[in-house]
This record gives sequence, C-alpha cells and structure tokens, in this order.
Amino acid sequence: MAEIKVTGVEKRFASFTALHSIDLTVKDQEFLVLLGASGCGKTTLLRLIAGLDFATEGDIQIGGKRVNELPPRSREIAMVFQNYAVFPHLTVFNNIGFGLRMKKMPADQIKQKVEKAAEMMHIEQLLDRYSGQLSGGQRQRVAVARALAMEPEVLLMDEPLSNLDALLRMEMRAELKGVLQESKTTTIYVTHDQVEAMSMADRIAVMHGGHIIQAASPIDVYRDPSSRFVGSFIGNPPMNFLPAKKTNGHWTAAGVPFEGPSVDRETIEFAIRPEDMDLAETGLSGRVKVVEPLGAHQLVTMEMDGHLFRAVLESDLKIGSGETLTLAPKPDRIRWFDLESEHALQ
Amino acid sequence: MTTAEIAAPAKKVRATDHRSASRWLMAATIVILCLWVLVPIYLILVNTLSSPDQVTSWPRQFFPSFDLGSLTFFANYQGVAYALLNSVIVALMTMIFSIGLGAPAGYALARFDFPGKNIFRVIVLMTRAFPLPLLALPLAIMFIQIGLDDTRFGLALVHTMLAMPFAILITASLFMGIPYELEEAAWTLGCNRLTAFVKVVLPLVMPGIAASAVFAFVISWNEVFAAAVLTIQNRTLTAFLLTSLNESPLYLKFAGGAVLVIPALFFLFAVRKYLFAMWGIANR
Repeated sequence: MAEIKVTGVEKRFASFTALHSIDLTVKDQEFLVLLGASGCGKTTLLRLIAGLDFATEGDIQIGGKRVNELPPRSREIAMVFQNYAVFPHLTVFNNIGFGLRMKKMPADQIKQKVEKAAEMMHIEQLLDRYSGQLSGGQRQRVAVARALAMEPEVLLMDEPLSNLDALLRMEMRAELKGVLQESKTTTIYVTHDQVEAMSMADRIAVMHGGHIIQAASPIDVYRDPSSRFVGSFIGNPPMNFLPAKKTNGHWTAAGVPFEGPSVDRETIEFAIRPEDMDLAETGLSGRVKVVEPLGAHQLVTMEMDGHLFRAVLESDLKIGSGETLTLAPKPDRIRWFDLESEHALQ
Repeated sequence: MTTAEIAAPAKKVRATDHRSASRWLMAATIVILCLWVLVPIYLILVNTLSSPDQVTSWPRQFFPSFDLGSLTFFANYQGVAYALLNSVIVALMTMIFSIGLGAPAGYALARFDFPGKNIFRVIVLMTRAFPLPLLALPLAIMFIQIGLDDTRFGLALVHTMLAMPFAILITASLFMGIPYELEEAAWTLGCNRLTAFVKVVLPLVMPGIAASAVFAFVISWNEVFAAAVLTIQNRTLTAFLLTSLNESPLYLKFAGGAVLVIPALFFLFAVRKYLFAMWGIANR
C-alpha cells in the first residue's frame, strides 16, 4: 500500500526554478502519467520522488512516510531509466537480481524471483547474455524486469519507451500496460508522447513550465481541458481556437452566434476539437487550403476569419482546396477559454 | 578564349600538385619522426645483443649477433641488482600513491560541479609546467630537513607529483565515460554511493585504472633527474646508470639503456588506447 503525496514541492537550480509549488497525490495502485514537452519539469519531479535529487522546498511522502531526506535505496521505489541503465558488466540474470542481492536475499529466492520477473517480460532465454548482446527492446525488457523483481511499493519510469522505434514502442506499450496492471504497483510514468499517456494512464498530469496544469483521467483531459494550453497540447491535430466577441448576450465567433458562458469580458475564446464538427447548411464557414487524406479520415485545413482551422471529416466526402465549407460544431463539445488567464470558462 | 581554356586545366594541375606536395610533406614528417624515435632504440638493441668486443670494434655492426655477453655482464655488475630493486619499489609506490590520490580526484572532476573546477583542472596541468631542475634544490633541502632525503619513500613522493596529473586526467575521462544513470540505477536498487561505486563503476573502469597505474609506473621508472639529486645510497636504476656512466664501459651503457627502455615500451604499448582517452580522443 503506497500512496504518494507531494505537497508544495519546489525545485530551484542556481538561476531558474524548475518546479513551482507542486501538489500531487497519486493513489495506491494508480497509474499516473506525467505528460509534458521537454523542459517542463516532469523528469525533475520524478527524480525528486526517486530521491536522485532533493526538493528545495515542500514535502514528499511515500506510503505515509516523509521521505524528503531519505536516499533512493530507503524509499521502497524502483526506477526504469530512459537509457535503460542495464549494467554492462553483469549478465541479464545478475542485472535483474542485483537489487535482491543488495537486500542479502538467499540465492534460491533470488533465482526464483529473477526467473519470475524474466518470465513476465518474456526474456527467460536471455538470462546468460550481457547487455552488449541485446537489442534496444530487449534491454528495455531487462530494465523493467529488474525494477519489477524488487517488488517495489512505487515504480517510477522515465520515458522508458522513447528510445525504441515506433512499431516496437506500440508493442511494448500494450505489454507494459498489461504487466503493470497485474503487478498492482503504484506507478508514475514520465513521457512526452500523448498517445502513450492517453493509452496507458489511469490519470494524466499535464505539466508546463514547472507547473501541473491539469491532473485528470485521460478522457477528461481530452474533452475538458482546464486551460487553453492543455487543449492545444493534447490531441493531434490540436484543438481549434477562434476569438469570440460579445454581442447581444451571445458570443460571436467567425460571424456565427453561440450560447456561451456569462462572464464580464468583451472577448473570449471559442474552442472545438477538429473531429467534433459535421458538414451543414449553416455554421462556421471557411475556405479550404489543404486536404490531407489519412485513410479512415481526411484532415482539412481551412482559413476561417483569418485563423487556421482544422477539421477531421469522413474520407468519402469529396473536398477540394479553394472550396468554401460550412461546418456545424456539436453543441456539447464546444469549450470556452478566458483570453487572459487561459483558463476554461463554464 | 583560348587562353582561358588553357589556363583552367593548368590551374587544376597546380591544385593537385599542391595537394600531393602537402601529402609528401606529411609523409616525410611522419617518417622522420618515426626514425627519430626508432633508430636510437634499434641501435641500443643491436649493441645490447652483441658481445662486448663487437660493441667496441670498428666497423660498427648493424645487425645483432645475439650474444648475451653484454647483458650478463650488466646483470652481474656491482650495484645493478640493488638499483633495479629500488627502481621497482619506487615505481610501485608511485603507482599506488598516484592512483590512490588521483582516481578520487578524477572521479570528483567527472561527477561533481564544484566552484573552481576549471581552475583546478588547469592547476593539475600546471604542476607539469615547472621544470624539475628548478624544484630539485629546494626539494633536496626540504627533504634533508625532514629526513626524507635518500629514501625510496621520499623519491616516490616526487614521482607521484609527476605522475598524478596524468592519473587525474586519465581517470576523469574514464569516469566520464561511465553513464551517470548506471550509478543512479544502482542507488535505486539498494546501493549507497560507495557500494554503487564498488559494484558498478569500479568493474567498468578497472582496465582503464590498471592502464593509468602502469603509466604512473613508467613515469617513475624513467625518471632520472630527481632520482639522481635526491638519492645517494638508494639510487634507482636510471640514477645509478647516470652516475656510473663515465666509469663504465660502453657495452654496459647499452645494456642498461635497453633494460630501461624495453619494459617502458611494452607497458606503454599495452595501455596506449587509454592514454589517447586522456585527451578525449575516442579510440574504443
């Protein structure tokens, strides 16, 4: 049973602040993904929880115990590194058994646990090899098996799939999700890949500029971004944004009136995901600039009211560039953002 | 128009001329430098492996007769065995001191950011900028005052000073070659800094450490000036040969030279790739 509780954690390096007063609770057995672009502080936060770096301010608790000053070995954690960090001078067997040996576990127990972890990651036949004789994917499996063999309270993973090629990444993604679900370990997983985050996480914490912008379930993050940044960061293609002006109790975006939130502002932002629109007689109209067929769908890039606007439409519709399209947004999928604070408006 | 047509290929010819000329210059320089080093070593070898009579005879021989007369004479020469023993002991002490002190310094340089790191690196190199003759007299006086004169330990200290900059720089580059993640992984797997170092870093750098130890050994083995100034009874082989040069026969000098040069050559050849690593040239 290990809940991770991060309260008011701040990390300052000599001249800049990497993390601004982070509050985050990861429930027992939860799979939390820290998602953000490089430099947003997600790896820094993970390293603070691992004990590889120390917070300038704030508290970190693991399983109800304050661990601020504890070294990594006393935190009941295991970590998988981006570059695997498989020890090159040890065989796969000794790599996986390294932590158990440090715990002074009897040899027969080590053997049993190593074999179990190796079986989970399907590397039983590699136990006598050295890391130099393994492919990237196999090294990755060794690194995960080594962490799992420790049977930690908390598993920390730092972009574990980012060095694999696309196909292998997809395969490992599904496999890791299965293995981790089975192991019932509290997991924090750092990635910049939103597909990885969406497909694996119980909950996603989106980070930007040293802040956690939103922490919610993948579908909530996607459907109800708490800020403009999350909307534009999650989703490929990203959300569309149009300025909306207040006119007679309505908000007018690209010349079309919409029902919107009642706030004391002259201009706010109208937002809609590209796939949440249908062709219609009346609605938002714009001139088509580019049409990209994507197989199941086609991505149409338009110019609307001087802004770029993307729509994902059925691929059997015949659309040529230069045409004028009229799109009706699904009313329940429209979102509004404040222009200044960039927060979502209800 | 015609002149232009003729001039263009001519220019091309000159360009290739220029290139091949610089290539010739390069080759010539390499050949001269190699001969500069190899010819004396070859002559020493020829004369060492010739009998004492051949060494002093005329015309000179350019091929060895593989007579071990000179070497046997050298081995039985009064004081040689003791000097050889001194050389080995002083070199071993130098090796232990310079690695024992230099490797931690190298680790610090590779792993930690501390104020004055770059200055420290420069100072390490600067210690090699002072000519030993300049330091020898004050050192000799100091050693006499504290009773370190004419001891193997005292001489080993001076040799350590000479070898340590290399030990520090070589080991620093070795440690830099070990990804920090490996150590961090060891920490998360139950190691503290020391056990992570012993169980993960040390096995990986061991060949390199051994190489830099051998290099320290060779520096001490070859050093002659400090040895000659600071010792009288406990001379190392180099100092012993230097002082007995005038009174000893020619073939003894050659044999002594060979005994000094050959081990050093072998050692350096064995560890050469790690010495390149010192300057950041990837050769692995």
